[in-house]
Amino acid sequence: MTSNSVSSDRFNYALRLGDNALILSHRLSEWCGHGPALEEDIALTNVALDLIGQAQFWLGLAGELEGAGRSADDLAYKRDAGAFRNALLVERPNGDYGHTLMRQYLFDAWHVEVLAALTASSDPRFAEIAAKAAREVAYHVERSGELVAALGDGTPQSHARMQSALDALWAYAGGLFVGDEIDARLAEQGIAPAAGSLRPEWDRATGAVFAQAGLKPPASAFAHKGGHTEALGHLLAEMQFLPRAYPDAQW
Amino acid sequence: MYAQMVASQPLKAAEEMSDAERAFQARIDAGEKIEPKEWMPEAYRRTLIRQIGQHAHSEIVGQLPEGNWITRAPSLQRKAILLAKVQDEAGHGLYLYSAAETLGISRDELIEMLHSGAMKYSSIFNYPTLTWADIGAVGWLVDGAAIMNQVPLQKCSYGPYARAMVRICKEESFHQRQGFDLMTKMARGTPEQKAFAQDALNRFWYPSLMMFGPSDKDSVHSAQSMAWKVKINTNDELRQKFVDQTAPQAHYLGLTVPDDKLVWNEEKNGYDFSEPDWREFYEVVAGNGPCNKDRLGARVKAWDDGAWFRDGLMAHARKRAAAKIAAE
Amino acid sequence: MSSEWPLWEVFIRGQHGLNHRHVGSLHAADAEQAIRNARDVYTRRHEGMSIWVVRSNDIVASSPSDKGPLFEPANSKVYRHPTFYDIPDEVGPM
Repeated sequence: MTSNSVSSDRFNYALRLGDNALILSHRLSEWCGHGPALEEDIALTNVALDLIGQAQFWLGLAGELEGAGRSADDLAYKRDAGAFRNALLVERPNGDYGHTLMRQYLFDAWHVEVLAALTASSDPRFAEIAAKAAREVAYHVERSGELVAALGDGTPQSHARMQSALDALWAYAGGLFVGDEIDARLAEQGIAPAAGSLRPEWDRATGAVFAQAGLKPPASAFAHKGGHTEALGHLLAEMQFLPRAYPDAQW
Repeated sequence: MYAQMVASQPLKAAEEMSDAERAFQARIDAGEKIEPKEWMPEAYRRTLIRQIGQHAHSEIVGQLPEGNWITRAPSLQRKAILLAKVQDEAGHGLYLYSAAETLGISRDELIEMLHSGAMKYSSIFNYPTLTWADIGAVGWLVDGAAIMNQVPLQKCSYGPYARAMVRICKEESFHQRQGFDLMTKMARGTPEQKAFAQDALNRFWYPSLMMFGPSDKDSVHSAQSMAWKVKINTNDELRQKFVDQTAPQAHYLGLTVPDDKLVWNEEKNGYDFSEPDWREFYEVVAGNGPCNKDRLGARVKAWDDGAWFRDGLMAHARKRAAAKIAAE
Repeated sequence: MSSEWPLWEVFIRGQHGLNHRHVGSLHAADAEQAIRNARDVYTRRHEGMSIWVVRSNDIVASSPSDKGPLFEPANSKVYRHPTFYDIPDEVGPM
């Protein structure tokens, strides 16, 4: 293996982490000012803010690894959908608030594990960013997990909404654990965990929360993976509008 | 301002007051703070509920015009700043609702009054944010005007309101600065950016002046509020102060305030300036501003759509409490 | 039954070993949510802080008319206040 492809693998992996944080924070930011209670509005925005910060770190690292002079902002605002590397789960539209929380919990439960593994990465730059992000995400998963458990239990209506969110998002969550050659090569070098290796612990943790919530995950093991859904193009059209319409402007 | 149309009470003369009212007024005159559960005239309590409630509503409706640009913020840094700022406004609404709740009304009751139109919010939030420069103008002008009103309210007579103001002023110090910084980038940017900046100032100048409320000449009830120290300065004083502070800033930015009559008056040591169109103001307050229906509609939708979430958590909490008792 | 989340009072101890101090109120369905909301609303989530929450209804307050008798004795004990004592300049800050 050439050192070139190693650095390209790392670039791609940093992009994945950065794009996940970027796209999910964008989705959460759509709620700001429209949440179901003031306290909840503030709390969810804290999560969005944490994720924007993480996106800046990972995309900054990706830009460095690429060595082509692209900044985190260049990567966020000047790539088209096809060049984005985020998981399909995070680009799914918000739906109702229960859908948003379920998406968050499915992601957080994976995120907390992948970051824990990355803190032991053989690449210190990955380990350093992961350690900082892991502290924030430990709270994200506690919060989203408790809310999913409470709403699954709450009223027949809240239960039905959480179950339907789980049904709709399950196959997208599954995609988080389907690896490719990049994952495999990075795992071999101790840089990142193998995608599938995170599944047993994720199943255990989410299973406990679903049991508390009285929710049943779908039996299907089918997972969506790769490419993008129609939703991403619309999200980017909105997010990237200003820098694209006024490419010479400084903001 | 954020409570620009609170109908207070006509000023009571000392000889019309009961003994309790005289003692209450004496405490306020001596600079004492009134605290929850202490005796207060019913009219004082009602005036404060309206004023603090309107102030709180302004914070949460005020999230919407800026929220309109969060998903289109042109850099990661700008997006984080704008999110944090709009989040602060939710926090300020929360502090203010809490202050109002010490007066014997619940947050849900206040929100219900906002939604039914029984309580108002500041007219400024019924204007649209059409370009990114508007986000700068809102921070610079609207927050600038808000701060001017809120700083003196830190000394108002009602303890919980004064303390909420202290916390809000502390957190708000960055809001105006980020707006001015954004405006500076626009005003010194490409010709298109500069045009956006000027256009934003043109549209937000007069609505900002309206934030201080109608002229004191037409505001017959402010005397009682001032005697109670729930209003510290007159509307005209604050408006003058705002113009005196802001006009040189516009000049620094290379922008033109949309007022031919704006001129420094050496004699009064302040600017002469044109009054806003008060007919427009009363139309906006009456519900006919450019965005009234959208703003209130967005609040009602958020509240209605969130009902199942609030009920769900409450039902879970009750079940758990019942299970705990059963286990004991 | 009202579905309004109850009101809670929030007390926070900062990082310097001071007493818990009342910082404000919030609404939450139960104690766990109240603690989380307090973190999000009143600390914007600084770690290492200790948070207490208590149902506002459970707070027992002295009634305003008690103000005289309850607080007068302490007011008269001026020796409890540090400024009661003159410290000679050469001793330095204390």
